[in-house]
Amino acid sequence: MRGGGPREATDAGRRGDRGRASGPAPRRPLPVAALVPALVGLALLVAPAVALLARAPWTTLGARLASGPVLDALRVSLTSATLATALCLVLGVPLAWLLTSADSWPAPLRRLLRAVVTVPLVLPPVVGGIALLLLLGRRGLLGAPLEALTGLTVPFTLGAVVLAQSFVALPFLVLSVEGALRGVDPGLEAAAATLGASRAHVFRRVTLPLVLPGVAAGAVLCFARALGEFGATITFAGTFPGRTQTLPTSVYLAQQTDPESAVALSLVLLAVGVGVLLLLRDRWLGVAGGGVR
Amino acid sequence: MRPLARAGRRTATGLAALALVVPVLGGCATAGGAGPDRTPATADGPTGPVTVFAAASLTDVVDDLVDDVEAAHPGLDVTVSAGGSSALAQQIVSGAPADLFLSASTATMTTVADDGLVDGEPVTFARGVLEIAVPAGNPGGVTDLDDLARADLRIALCAEEVPCGALARTVLDDAGVAVTPVTLEPDVRSALTKVELGEVDAALVYATDVRSAGDRVEGVPVTSTASTAYQAALLRDAPSPEAARVVLAALLGDEGRALLADAGFVVAEPADGS
Repeated sequence: MRGGGPREATDAGRRGDRGRASGPAPRRPLPVAALVPALVGLALLVAPAVALLARAPWTTLGARLASGPVLDALRVSLTSATLATALCLVLGVPLAWLLTSADSWPAPLRRLLRAVVTVPLVLPPVVGGIALLLLLGRRGLLGAPLEALTGLTVPFTLGAVVLAQSFVALPFLVLSVEGALRGVDPGLEAAAATLGASRAHVFRRVTLPLVLPGVAAGAVLCFARALGEFGATITFAGTFPGRTQTLPTSVYLAQQTDPESAVALSLVLLAVGVGVLLLLRDRWLGVAGGGVR
Repeated sequence: MRPLARAGRRTATGLAALALVVPVLGGCATAGGAGPDRTPATADGPTGPVTVFAAASLTDVVDDLVDDVEAAHPGLDVTVSAGGSSALAQQIVSGAPADLFLSASTATMTTVADDGLVDGEPVTFARGVLEIAVPAGNPGGVTDLDDLARADLRIALCAEEVPCGALARTVLDDAGVAVTPVTLEPDVRSALTKVELGEVDAALVYATDVRSAGDRVEGVPVTSTASTAYQAALLRDAPSPEAARVVLAALLGDEGRALLADAGFVVAEPADGS
């Protein structure tokens, strides 16, 4: 158990030799009454994916996935999700920092900030897409002056895909990093400060290295969410093969005429999603999740 | 909210007519199939729940129709499930308990019929034609199909995988107009949203969608004979076949035809079963 984390290590130590000999014992033995709903819950999450695998057109899978339009969509998806993750890192880490430093703010203001950061998690993505259009569309609050000044318009571009994905995925990164930041021992930062380091310097050289696992976990979640984004993208960026058509959009369109290809495409998304989440080591999730108490 | 409903309201006269029509249609609908003769429904006959799967573009018409049918048959409880025709067809094929399927395309209806899930022959009851939807005030100055080829305009089309996109392709090809759209939308609704918000200068959508979009969208008629057929079929595994016949009869009768025409559909001639 490489990913046991500090808490489990202490527990094992307290239990002494017996615990170490048989590996870490479960901390809370699960009563049957809890096991049954737990398994049903697991089935709820796993069974649909199993059905997807069962119905997959395995024999024609290669041919279906190697087609030009699919590869185009895959390219657009990977490019946009990577750019969205980069944008979320640049904006999200400082935003998480702001969230932790907002602890000293008046409660209503602090709660408002937290609500605003979290709201894309609960908002239907289509609503997010419409909001983005109202802001950055040709007649949008910012979009109209932007077009008048520069002739540039945002909708229907790869940039629009990236913005839509970032809008939806940013909270995953921010909350993850915030949890990690809260887990940092303030004594370490204070020590660095007393040694003369500036606030930015402390953040870069002390805090950031400590929260790096949380940042990585957040980035991975953010990437996975961006990859799966559909509603905001289709509303704000539209869909055009090779330019703004992402894998989820391809799945939706394929499902209209060719359900088997839709299943094949879904497998790609499922594989990438599961693969990316497997990259998350327990420890990272432990740090990220452990901070949000 | 629904001004069209008023035009379609019928009272006692309509009910009497309906009661006469129903047995006839009942016979019609099973004529092509192997179904056994069924007891003709009467005005106060069938009761219970009925589930209608209706193409999303029919939502308003079917809702109004159902209000009327339920008023005429207090024992009926009609549930309408509206969605994309393909998605609905897939649900039916997957065993969803529907009684009546109203599809926006013959191809989609065929997928259900090919699985042997249709009772009798599907009936074409309306046709959908395209219009050019432009934002209020028509900022792009679009006057006909040829304008869609202009390089200074942003055009949205439906993706060819969905019926409105396939029809748009036919209409444009027939007219010899080459369009470079900025987006190929997955459904009419999202194409229309982009017109409403002025993100595109024009989109090819159904005339019915232009009608229902309100003041923010104007329609420019398209001269084309291409249209899409709306088909209705009773489903073989219908939990309430008799009640479903009542709803179908209302749709095919004067009541349904008036509602359909008001909504911008081209209504098929009566007794036209193709």
